[in-house]
Amino acid sequence: MCRVVDLQQAVLAKNDACARALREDLAARGTAVVNLLSSPGSGKTALLERELTLARHRGVPVAALTADLATENDARRLARSGVPVKQVLTDGLCHLEAGMLGGHLDGWLPPDTRLLFIENVGNLVCPASYDLGETLRVALASVTEGEDKPLKYPTAFGLAHLVVVTKSDIAEAVGFDEAAFRANVERINPGVEIVCTSARRGEGDGALLDRALAARDGAPVHTPVMARQHHPHHEPASVVDPASVTDSLAKSGS
Amino acid sequence: MHEMSIALAIVDQVEITARPAGARAVSSVRVQVGELAGVVPDALAFSFELACTETVLEGAELVMEPVTARARCGPCAHTWAAGMPPQLSCPVCGGTRTELLSGRELQIVSVSWHDAPSAVPTHQER
Ligand SMILES: Nc1nc2c(ncn2[C@@H]2O[C@H](COP(=O)(O)OP(=O)(O)OP(=O)(O)O)[C@@H](O)[C@H]2O)c(=O)[nH]1
Ligand SMILES: [Mg+2]
Ligand SMILES: [Zn+2]
Repeated sequence: MCRVVDLQQAVLAKNDACARALREDLAARGTAVVNLLSSPGSGKTALLERELTLARHRGVPVAALTADLATENDARRLARSGVPVKQVLTDGLCHLEAGMLGGHLDGWLPPDTRLLFIENVGNLVCPASYDLGETLRVALASVTEGEDKPLKYPTAFGLAHLVVVTKSDIAEAVGFDEAAFRANVERINPGVEIVCTSARRGEGDGALLDRALAARDGAPVHTPVMARQHHPHHEPASVVDPASVTDSLAKSGS
Repeated sequence: MHEMSIALAIVDQVEITARPAGARAVSSVRVQVGELAGVVPDALAFSFELACTETVLEGAELVMEPVTARARCGPCAHTWAAGMPPQLSCPVCGGTRTELLSGRELQIVSVSWHDAPSAVPTHQER
């Protein structure tokens, strides 16, 4: 016999539930997560090196977890700041998922951590779909990548709470048109803040840290239009109650 | 390519539902894919076929319903198709308080399967 069963489940329900649980667990101990997304080489590690060092000088307890397909290079660079750092190798996976994080945090993340920075795998497509329980999602673009990056990767920039332009020290040399970049971001994520930084020269030092701390302390965070869609069928639980399936079987069995 | 992860998530959720309900073979899975879901339909179709191997979904068809992204301006109530790349500030008044009406869907709508002839679905099975 052939049956058609209504499911109405979000495909990413499991990840979303994991992310929600992680966000709540961490919030209970006073930790907020900052998820950094960019294409490979945009300067995530370079920016983090400065922000972590600054946090340490200011006495703010922070930690960083960096994900890559291979090498521990980024962890080595970040560890020079003196804050707790962890490298996660994704075993071929192009993005982090919320369910992968819990095990890495247990026994490593110091309980007094106020901010956990996560450097996602360098990739502007896949990581955008996965909530990691972050309070602040940051999309970075370097001046060398062209002003149209936000249009080419609308989910990465469209779901960001903050956009960071990196390598501003070489903006002139590469002819970066900041106004055009801002207009493109505004088109897909109206109202999001854009800050310019240079890890080389120190422009925008502390901008990320300040915003992350404010968000952690409950300051309102920008809500992107793309995150504002109402999902009438978005079930909070990922596991289906077999009884409800049997109910709908009775109705839709053919 | 995260479409493989998406495909595995679909297979997982369908198996959890279909097996205990007595499904022998899932013939098709209907999924809504919004324009702004960040998923490439061709890549998902390819991954789905692989992800179904040696599961109750082996050989199942993935039916994808594309969902157009539509937006509405809070202040001026103008409604428009967001397009690709999406226009999410208001094209009429320039407003930034836009509401996304559709386009982010990544949703399993329904599943069709064959079960044992005359079998009543039981919770004990497997
Ligand atoms: N001129 C200049 N170069 C920079 C800046 N920040 C980073 N770079 C250079 O850009 C290259 C990549 O920087 P990373 O910090 O490794 O970039 P990433 O985003 O962490 O790279 P992946 O982790 O591999 O994706 C390095 O050669 C850096 O020296 C900057 O502010 N100015
Ligand atoms: Mg890096
Ligand atoms: Zn308007």
